Amino acid sequence: MATQQQLENFRQDVAAWLQANKPADPGFLLPQSFMEVGSEQQLDFLREWQYKLWSAGYLGMAWPSEYGGQGAEPVFQSIADKEMSRAAVPIAFNVIGLGWAGPLINDVGTEEEKSLYLKGILTGEDIWCQGFSEPDHGSDLGSAQCRAERDGDEYVINGSKIWTTMGNYAKYMILLARTNPNAARKYDGLSFFLSPMKVPGIDPQPIRKLTGEYGFTQTYFNDARIPASCLMGEEGKGWQLAMQTLQYERGAEAGAAGGLSMVRIAFEDMIESLQGKQRDGSEVLQDPVVRDELMQLLIEDKAISIGEKRAHIGALNNDFRMALPLSTKLRWTEHARRMRQAAVRLQGSDGGLYVQDPDAVQGGFWQRAYMQSFSATIGGGTSQVQANIIAEHVLGLPK
Amino acid sequence: MDFGKTQISFSEEQAMLLDAAQGMCADLSPIDQVRSLLEDDKGYDENAWRQMVDMGWTGLALPESSGGSDFGLGALVPLFESLGKSLLTTPLMSTVLAGECLRRTGDVGAHAFLEQIAAGAKATVAFVETDDWGAQHLDTRIEAGRLQGSKRHVADAADADIIVIPAMSEGTKVLAVLSGNQIDAACRSKHDVLDATRRAQSITLDIAEADVTVIAGDVDRALEETQLIGALLVAAESTGAAVSCLNTVVDYLKTRKQFGKLIGSYQALKHPSVDILCAIESSKSLIYQAATELHSDKLSRDARIACHMAKSKASETLMFAGDRAVQFHGGMGFTYECDAQLYLRRGLWAQQAFGDPMHHRKRLAALILDAE
Ligand SMILES: Cc1cc2nc3c(=O)[nH]c(=O)nc-3n(C[C@H](O)[C@H](O)[C@H](O)COP(=O)(O)OP(=O)(O)OC[C@H]3O[C@@H](n4cnc5c(N)ncnc54)[C@H](O)[C@@H]3O)c2cc1C
Repeated sequence: MATQQQLENFRQDVAAWLQANKPADPGFLLPQSFMEVGSEQQLDFLREWQYKLWSAGYLGMAWPSEYGGQGAEPVFQSIADKEMSRAAVPIAFNVIGLGWAGPLINDVGTEEEKSLYLKGILTGEDIWCQGFSEPDHGSDLGSAQCRAERDGDEYVINGSKIWTTMGNYAKYMILLARTNPNAARKYDGLSFFLSPMKVPGIDPQPIRKLTGEYGFTQTYFNDARIPASCLMGEEGKGWQLAMQTLQYERGAEAGAAGGLSMVRIAFEDMIESLQGKQRDGSEVLQDPVVRDELMQLLIEDKAISIGEKRAHIGALNNDFRMALPLSTKLRWTEHARRMRQAAVRLQGSDGGLYVQDPDAVQGGFWQRAYMQSFSATIGGGTSQVQANIIAEHVLGLPK
Repeated sequence: MDFGKTQISFSEEQAMLLDAAQGMCADLSPIDQVRSLLEDDKGYDENAWRQMVDMGWTGLALPESSGGSDFGLGALVPLFESLGKSLLTTPLMSTVLAGECLRRTGDVGAHAFLEQIAAGAKATVAFVETDDWGAQHLDTRIEAGRLQGSKRHVADAADADIIVIPAMSEGTKVLAVLSGNQIDAACRSKHDVLDATRRAQSITLDIAEADVTVIAGDVDRALEETQLIGALLVAAESTGAAVSCLNTVVDYLKTRKQFGKLIGSYQALKHPSVDILCAIESSKSLIYQAATELHSDKLSRDARIACHMAKSKASETLMFAGDRAVQFHGGMGFTYECDAQLYLRRGLWAQQAFGDPMHHRKRLAALILDAE
């Protein structure tokens, strides 16, 4: 175990490195989260930054050293992440690799899979995407219909996936596809693949998002042939792997390589954005009604932050076990949405302006951030589906 | 901009106390027992009180020099959370707060009272004269040799051995300390308290100055800080009550059927139940963070922030839980027999006690948004 002193020294090293290496403003709009990478320009910039982070030793620290990590205690990575957040550096954009495909491969993959994939995830060389959702099956993921048929030492894929974040840039996809349409239980017909993207018959088509930016695709599969060795685990056992993936994605399971997946937007940033604004002829921050709303938001903000620490104190989690870990995604994402919505509303007439307008407050940051917040209340399992899960698994309510 | 701390610590001792308190409260106060006391004049079980005294609860936060155990105010949070969970009400909160209030004046004259409190005397502070928890002004005064005035909402006054009366004396605030038997029955009037597990009186005072002990010192601060601590204790109690309230709701949702299905399978009931759960999780985090910040000395800015936040959130949480508990029991929820009313009434009482949520957010906003 590292000593307090070692951890503190490490923290100072990271902080100093970030200070010295934080990239300058590139002069174009950077994505606020990994789900918004919409241009080659952004991609190149973020790829370079992730590579730099990894080269400096601040990414994948807890992953095994033979696969590009350092085999360090996880606490080092969490210190590095905190410092990245504090220094407000750009995101480590390859999140589907770093945050969910990577941990999955690391935890249950074969030696071969680990040596093939993990390092490329860390360096940013191999971008990953996730092919779970389909046009007709989103929340009801277990009904996914995209077909994978075995043909000799290949699988032939047909169908389509949608909302594929970075689908047009990715080299690999974690793909959930139906190998047996006749399985007695729909879940048992699904298999999990670590599929290449750059093969004939796979065609990702960018979809424009509510913010006006690009970032995800509909991914068409037309007799796409992938090697049979891309199957992860056994045929018919894909659902379990998909569920495990979602545990990483929802933050209920540790293992992520680290790095920021989205720009941290804190309560103080909102206060800052309102500084000096007027309402009814005086400072908006002096308006009693506004102050009351701001305090409600702050209280929730702090309560959720404290909860992350309380989760580690067993004696304070006995009433509703698992409530904290299972509700983290729901609470943070819904809170972020409300906070950003308020931030726009409190801008007065400028609240109606967007990113191209020279008068937009902070370049339309909050308008964009609010619209962007739905990526987290919808993606990774909607808030309503999260509420179902909590009701059933924590409160024991019937399906 | 500094929003206060998010650190949270919980010692072995606190964990043991929480465990012991929960067990004891559950034993002493099953729901039938709570109900049997609702219309009882005294309103609590003397035996339960004695057991608490024997456990040293009246002196938990008092210094050893006064016969207390000097566990710190943080120890009171698990205690009151447990009491709230079992809707167990005794003069403990009034007594603990009286001890804090007297101690915080820094007046050596308080010492004797603290010893009595640690040893099990019942005490209370008459905090308010009007409906305004934020009022600084006191009409009660010591003048021309007499203590005169009137106080409202004096919690547990009927049985209090020690009654602490904030009053003006020669232009400054003091605490006039009386023994309960100095106030005649004719000067007391029992409140009909909405939360029927609690007792309170309004009292009128006309007593010779020579018969009261006057405690001076930093009375303004002592009163202000004690009210904030009171707010936190009510928040802890409310959080515990909200846990039981949610359990009551969930039990019903798992047994009642309509349209051939358990009503708990309807999302219109399921999702608000999850909202209650999330609100409880927030409240719990905030009360225990406040417990981490509270110390026996002057309340820090961080401690104040934490108390305001905890009270605001916990009051809203219990109100929400109680309100939905009634609705989710249907016609049954409208009855006196259904336990939902106990939680709803507790919520209605608790939200005003020591200041409602907006009162606390107003003060919080001043701490956070206005330059120091
Ligand atoms: C920005 C973004 C990025 C994404 N990236 C990816 C990606 O990379 N890979 C990927 O596979 N997917 C991705 N998704 C897809 C995401 O996981 C799905 O959108 C999500 O699971 C919801 O599915 P759906 O869109 O089909 O909505 P639906 O399931 O059709 O839901 C519509 C509405 O019905 C509600 N609803 C559905 N079922 C229930 C129920 N049982 N109870 C109560 N309410 C219900 C939902 O909450 C929602 O409000 C992304 C989504 C977004 C927004």
